[in-house]
Amino acid sequence: MAAPATRTPRSRSRAARLLPVLGVVPFLAYLAVFLVVPTLTVVVGAFVEDGRPSLAVVRDLADPAVLGSLANSLVLSALTAVIGGVVGALLAYAVVTGPADGALRRLVTSVCGVLAQFGGVTLAFAFIATLGISGVVSVWLDATFGTGLTSSTWLFSLRGLVLVYAYFQIPLMVIVFLPALDGVRVQWREAAENLGASTWQYWRLVGLPLLAPAFLGSLLLLFANAFAAYATAAALVSQGNPIIPLWIRSALTSEVVLGHANFAYALALEMVLVVALVMTGYSLLVRRTARWLG
Amino acid sequence: MSARSPRRAARTRLQVFRVVVLVLTGAFFVVPLLSMLDFSTRLFNADGRTGAAWALLVADPLLRGAIGTSLLLSLLTVVGMLVLLVPTLVWVRLRVPRLGRAVEFLCLLPLTVPPLVIIVGLTNVTAWLSYLFGDTATWLAFLYVVLVLPYAYRALDAGLAAIDVVTLAEAARSLGAGWLTVIVRVVVPNIRTALVSASFISIALVLGEYTFASLLNFDTLQVAIALQSKSNAQESVAASLASILVAALLLVGLSFVSGRRRTGRGAVAAGVAPVPAGTAPPVPEEPR
Repeated sequence: MAAPATRTPRSRSRAARLLPVLGVVPFLAYLAVFLVVPTLTVVVGAFVEDGRPSLAVVRDLADPAVLGSLANSLVLSALTAVIGGVVGALLAYAVVTGPADGALRRLVTSVCGVLAQFGGVTLAFAFIATLGISGVVSVWLDATFGTGLTSSTWLFSLRGLVLVYAYFQIPLMVIVFLPALDGVRVQWREAAENLGASTWQYWRLVGLPLLAPAFLGSLLLLFANAFAAYATAAALVSQGNPIIPLWIRSALTSEVVLGHANFAYALALEMVLVVALVMTGYSLLVRRTARWLG
Repeated sequence: MSARSPRRAARTRLQVFRVVVLVLTGAFFVVPLLSMLDFSTRLFNADGRTGAAWALLVADPLLRGAIGTSLLLSLLTVVGMLVLLVPTLVWVRLRVPRLGRAVEFLCLLPLTVPPLVIIVGLTNVTAWLSYLFGDTATWLAFLYVVLVLPYAYRALDAGLAAIDVVTLAEAARSLGAGWLTVIVRVVVPNIRTALVSASFISIALVLGEYTFASLLNFDTLQVAIALQSKSNAQESVAASLASILVAALLLVGLSFVSGRRRTGRGAVAAGVAPVPAGTAPPVPEEPR
């Protein structure tokens, strides 16, 4: 966009030109205090020990227990991204093949909009009421199939988290992937059919290659979403730190994790790095997607 | 091939696929919600139903206090968000459009920085806030404004893009209006839907927020639900279902409000979706 500042008469002083910028200062100051400074605090604090620069805190990230939960976090995020991505893409395709402004499509997009926001404590309790020790479905499954769910704590383990995270990952996938599916033109399909392509050939040679960047981008987004999630796991898992966010909880609530006050900073830095890496990949893929499916 | 054309066979296969996918995913999303209803009204040592857990939602002092706190926080967050964002966005459009990209970037930044990281880095700021305002949950609203920023920004930005702010402002200015009059009496009435959308999504997010409040030890709604589960699981499930329903009502209401003006596809997603399709990064937040 051309800045109107270039049209400013030369007679006006530099001060007069800078004056309008002052209108944005309260906003910038607010974000500096509540967003930029905290983020910088984390980055700097991870390299400080007892007021002196040090690598000791960051080195503690190599602790086997911490590395283990980092691995768990990565696996959990990747797994739920793939599950949410595949199921969400199928659901989005089921919706997109219907009428473009039909009731079904409106319903699914509205519901997904709500459910993608839905997480945390309430989601944890939804699954406790369903598959917990006295959950409705576990009681029924035990009585009908003798599964033994009512005496198992699997819901509160990593496997349980995979299932629970799917509940917000699938709707998110529908929301972010639907526009890409909308970008696929009917004419491409017709052209392929006129050239004698079968359904399978169309998908393998045209449809999937076109959708691949959008799909991969959505997977990265889902990955970051799961990696950054905290409240659901915090409400569900009360013992141990199977994933990184729960390590951060311990570091914040107990005074002496590994004897370092700044350990929470190091863990948070680790989280920022992973998310930043993933989001960079995402924005690159989005740019690529826009070429065909914009 | 026989009498049935391959094209019709393909269409039948597609219909079967659609029904199967919709039924299965539908069940996955509906079963936990129905289970909550069943669980919260079940009598555990006899047959029949009870509304006791639901009655407790208003009777229980902890929960009642927490609902009050969360509602107050939503109100304060909405006010703070509007006061911070509306004048800034209008001003940027009118006077300093070259800062538009920077403001957008900052507004969407909280999506890329996990809330957990923000809270870790905020320890110094929260120490100051509790020193200045005392040990009350109300100053959480300062932090929540940042949390709702990306969603509110998108709603307000879409609203402003739909009207010609510059022309409206020039007309008002040439008739002698001051900048405050331009914002309050010209721009605001024209973006009413966007203001409602931004407020609804902010309320929904604040009512569902757990991370900040629990790590700072304030009894907001979600924290109280988690605490209450230790003594009365049915009550906390009832409270969870109730808060889901309230949030769903707000967000569905939002999709109607934002869908009415710009009907057609994408209207709903534009209001609620965490990510703008096609634009640069940022992730969702979610109150997870």
